[in-house]
Amino acid sequence: MSTENTQVEKFSYDNNIVRLFANATILWGVVGMLVGLLVAFQLIFPVLNLNLEYTAFGRIRPLHTNAVIFAFVGNGIFAGVYYSLQRLLKTRMYSDLLGKINFWGWQLIIVSAAITLPLGLTTSKEYAELEWPIDIAIALIWVVFGWNMFGTILKRRERHLYVAIWFYIATFVTVAVLHIVNSFELPVSLFKSYSWYAGVQDALVQWWYGHNAVAFFLTTPYLGLMYYFIPKAVNRPVFSYRLSIIHFWALIFLYIWAGPHHLLYTALPDWAQSLGVVFSVMLIAPSWGGMINGLLTLRGAWDKVRDSAVLKFLVVAVTAYGMSTFEGPMLSLKNVNAIAHFTDWIVAHVHVGALGWNGFLTFGMLYYLFPKLYKTQIFSPKLTSTSGSAP
Amino acid sequence: MGVLVLLIIASLIVALGFLFAFLWSVRSGQYEDEYTPSVRMLFEDENTGLEEKENK
Repeated sequence: MSTENTQVEKFSYDNNIVRLFANATILWGVVGMLVGLLVAFQLIFPVLNLNLEYTAFGRIRPLHTNAVIFAFVGNGIFAGVYYSLQRLLKTRMYSDLLGKINFWGWQLIIVSAAITLPLGLTTSKEYAELEWPIDIAIALIWVVFGWNMFGTILKRRERHLYVAIWFYIATFVTVAVLHIVNSFELPVSLFKSYSWYAGVQDALVQWWYGHNAVAFFLTTPYLGLMYYFIPKAVNRPVFSYRLSIIHFWALIFLYIWAGPHHLLYTALPDWAQSLGVVFSVMLIAPSWGGMINGLLTLRGAWDKVRDSAVLKFLVVAVTAYGMSTFEGPMLSLKNVNAIAHFTDWIVAHVHVGALGWNGFLTFGMLYYLFPKLYKTQIFSPKLTSTSGSAP
Repeated sequence: MGVLVLLIIASLIVALGFLFAFLWSVRSGQYEDEYTPSVRMLFEDENTGLEEKENK
């Protein structure tokens, strides 16, 4: 800024887009978890499939997983990224319009998933069930998100890229590559396609995608959010910024090769299975490095956790992250997997991650955001505390 | 297992992309200061008039 020009540069953050995503997170969270409840009850009371093909377990279960992962957590990612990115870079988002397209496009994709999955329109690839027209829409909207994010990074008014932003970048880049490679398919009609790959090759691509969907949709964006919202909520810097940088780069280079642990004892070549196990076990190092970094940020400030519901949620989230990233490498061992595979343990493992880590971090983040976004106070702090201890 | 070639190429492209990003970040001095960024992010500008004029 020149010295003659004494006028203070003015800008404002786009909180409107954050509000939209935050409210959508709550809405889809309710929907996704209610469907999950129905699915769970169907396991005990099969009559709850209502004798309708549309509500049969096989169709409703992917509706639940898609709703909680891509609708609930997906909107949570966008809410958190759109909020923190602007503040970390000290600038408004690159384009309000791209943000709007990102928001409405994503909701449209969710609605189309909610319609097509009960109708039985599916590619039958786990976590990538949606048919090809929706796959294309996902790719386009994802690019809009990336375009908006990189535009914002380029026009930033803060030279240093805080570690959270690196996690957001990794999320965007890797999810784009995974989604596109796994979704290569030959359309035969408007809502029917066949995978480009066949047999065990298809399975390998599918789990290369599937595991990295966990890694780069449920983990890296939320680690970025953890590195933003925990220091903010407790008002002290992260335990070790250096560790957070090592955490990021180690995680990025290790995560992508762990997929074959989903294919133990299958037709996949033994060496590929073993390779997947080795990388899965190694992952415990960066994962726990991140967890410890998050928890130690609260050192000397644990008294704040007693009074802050936001912090309670965040602490549970990080603890759940630690548990699921310990369980993951253990379950990837062939001898453990032989016992655990096809049992409820796997379902529980996923829920420690998706509900414990993603869910609780989302709840904590929303409790942090709403008073700021609406310039108000939480309706009932007592209810907040109860909602945290109930599950 | 011809598909391994595709997966390795795709993974390597991503990995190399990140490797270059890493080299850029080190060379451009992003990590010269490993402490103050963690403190600077705590400072809010919410009450300095920079915060939203409210987009109605």
